Amino acid sequence: MSVTVASPRQGRPVQGRPVQGRPRQGRPVQGWLYAAPTAVFVTALFVVPLLLVLVMSGSRWPLLSGNQGWNFPANYTKAVGNRFFLDSVAFTLTYTALATALLIGLGLGLALLVQESTRWKGLLRTAFLVPNALGLASASLLFYVLYSPFAGPFAAITEQLGFTFLGTPDAALWSTLFLIVWRYAGFYMLLMLVGLQSVPFDVFEAARIDGATRWQTFRHVTLPLLRPTLALTTVLCVTGSLLAFEQFYILTKGGPDNSTISVVQLVYTVAFQGQNDLGVAAALSVLVLLALVVVNAVQLRAFHRTDVDAGTS
Amino acid sequence: MRNASRGSILRTLTAAAAVVLLGLATACGSGAAPSAPDPAAVGPNGLDDGTTLTLWTRAPLEKQAKLLVEAYNAAHTNKVELTVVPNDDYVAKVGAAAGAGSLPDLFAADIVYVPSWVRQGLFQDISASIDRLPFKTSINKGHMAAGTFENRAHVLPFVLDLSMLFWNKDLFREAGLDPEKAPATLAEYAAAAKAVQALGKPDTYGTATGLNCGGCLVFTWFPSIWAAGAPVISPDGGTSLLDSPAATEVYQVWRDLWAAGAVLPSSRDEAGPTWTAGFTEGKVGLMFYPATLLSSTQGFDVGVAGIPGPDGGRSTFVGGDGIGISKDSTKAAQAWNFLDWLLSEQAQVEVLGKNRDVVSRSDLAGNRYAAQDPRLVAINEVASGGETPVATNFQQAFNATNSPWLTLVRNAVLDGGADLPKDNAEITAVLSQQ
Repeated sequence: MSVTVASPRQGRPVQGRPVQGRPRQGRPVQGWLYAAPTAVFVTALFVVPLLLVLVMSGSRWPLLSGNQGWNFPANYTKAVGNRFFLDSVAFTLTYTALATALLIGLGLGLALLVQESTRWKGLLRTAFLVPNALGLASASLLFYVLYSPFAGPFAAITEQLGFTFLGTPDAALWSTLFLIVWRYAGFYMLLMLVGLQSVPFDVFEAARIDGATRWQTFRHVTLPLLRPTLALTTVLCVTGSLLAFEQFYILTKGGPDNSTISVVQLVYTVAFQGQNDLGVAAALSVLVLLALVVVNAVQLRAFHRTDVDAGTS
Repeated sequence: MRNASRGSILRTLTAAAAVVLLGLATACGSGAAPSAPDPAAVGPNGLDDGTTLTLWTRAPLEKQAKLLVEAYNAAHTNKVELTVVPNDDYVAKVGAAAGAGSLPDLFAADIVYVPSWVRQGLFQDISASIDRLPFKTSINKGHMAAGTFENRAHVLPFVLDLSMLFWNKDLFREAGLDPEKAPATLAEYAAAAKAVQALGKPDTYGTATGLNCGGCLVFTWFPSIWAAGAPVISPDGGTSLLDSPAATEVYQVWRDLWAAGAVLPSSRDEAGPTWTAGFTEGKVGLMFYPATLLSSTQGFDVGVAGIPGPDGGRSTFVGGDGIGISKDSTKAAQAWNFLDWLLSEQAQVEVLGKNRDVVSRSDLAGNRYAAQDPRLVAINEVASGGETPVATNFQQAFNATNSPWLTLVRNAVLDGGADLPKDNAEITAVLSQQ
């Protein structure tokens, strides 16, 4: 928030725009006025809910009877002591690792494919992007029906093979990953394409003149120059996967046998399905938020450092 | 100066945030029940003065709720506005409204959640008004007990839903079974399921259930245990008794049925949405099925009986929804007018009975619509002998998607070496939470 507020004021002298004829003391007020809309939105939609969650996480707050007073830190010990807490953390991390590897790998692969192919470029790009037009919840519902052993189109085949899409823990995880890849691969391809197109063509040309093979070009030219894009996409993908909810809520409901409970789903279950304890749910949310801040900071720092190293070497 | 102004504005923003927050907190904290102890005090039927009342219910009872509300609106100057909420979102919606002090005048709740909701003060005390009803003692006892806390009644039955043994007489005939005779024990039930399965008809199975649906399993398997005379939870609702010999026998029968391939395969992962579909389409020989769906079994002949135990006996789960006046309603006298009408002969017989639904009053069990259909008489008779389990943490222990009850059943039926005492202790741990 402070960045938004500070920039117009600090920006002006640097740009060297004349400021005479304007009362000096008017400028801070004007700056605040410029910043006010953003500040109001950030306050109302981010700061206030965040503070509310923090208060909630420190209070006894059953869903049906509201705030019952301060209760710190019991909610946090209850949250960590929940019988699904460790399982859900482990599952979320597994899911995040798999989803990130698949999406970044496929996104890059598809982008290279689309970039190389000249004739089918438009068609390919459209084909990969179309699933993005569907909301994640709608896509999950679509796959719920596709996977259904009762109403789905593959019901007869899966019955003959004696297998169900969501019946075992592994099958449920991979079926959900397939949905996510189907839904998001196009989006990550698009981000990668933008990154690829920002790499100047003469660099590739120079590599080719130096006699680099395709693999060498990819490994030593494309990848290093794509680093900002890769940083952006991994941060997006890791954050999104750690917060996974809709797909599991709709497809598996945490089953079979509680094997696919993601952390956010645990938050939802604690809040609305059974325990009905908003205090513990808020405590879990705060823990997730802290974890996300740490993960993102580490990620950004890692990418930044390699950037500097690459520059000096 | 720059720092000072930024600081002061930040302070203002923080103060504003704090004010908003306090507002929210106090709004959420106002849980005191308004003082309206006897809505019928203004007159035995409450008030019918053209007030608009709001009523919430969950989607599975939409059909009955719509019929009741239409009939009430047609005969009264009060108007009831009905809101139907998807089943899975109902608790969240009621919770949010309860916190914000904006519950509707009347709302229905799954009867197994009623004890907890009454305890948390979501419903107004209507004992005094109920005491004036001349037919008080014939109102369904399971529902009344669920809505009673510290000897004060808060809830009346809205729609009763019973679990019953339904069998497809056409498939019974084909399999050489007596289509007019209901299986009297769980063993006979299993034998009949295997006989239908042995027909080898494509897409046709002996029986079906929802093995990933805690609510379905509570609804359909508890009665078998009750029929054997065994309780499922202690009277105070704090201890699970689901490792009793009777319960073990029930799991054993189902494990045997599953191993024999006589259960619809999709039952294994069935989480609830389509658990009755197989029978409704005529592709399942017999199953424990909700009585509210009697009118939706079309195109084949259906028999109905109470749910048998391992060695005979019959019982049922008296489920469905209870209804009460919310803590936030300022129109209790008008809302009572609806409740009073709901339990009248007019509503029970001419609306619910006519739609082949179960009536909430045992003195109306033999009404003229029931008399036309012996199956309805059977359902109404079993209703008065059925049970409704009462426990504050029922939802978390049994209905939730990650409930320990679901773990117990899946371990006992699908996996071999189940540790029943351990799984049962897990249910007790959840039930006994304060």
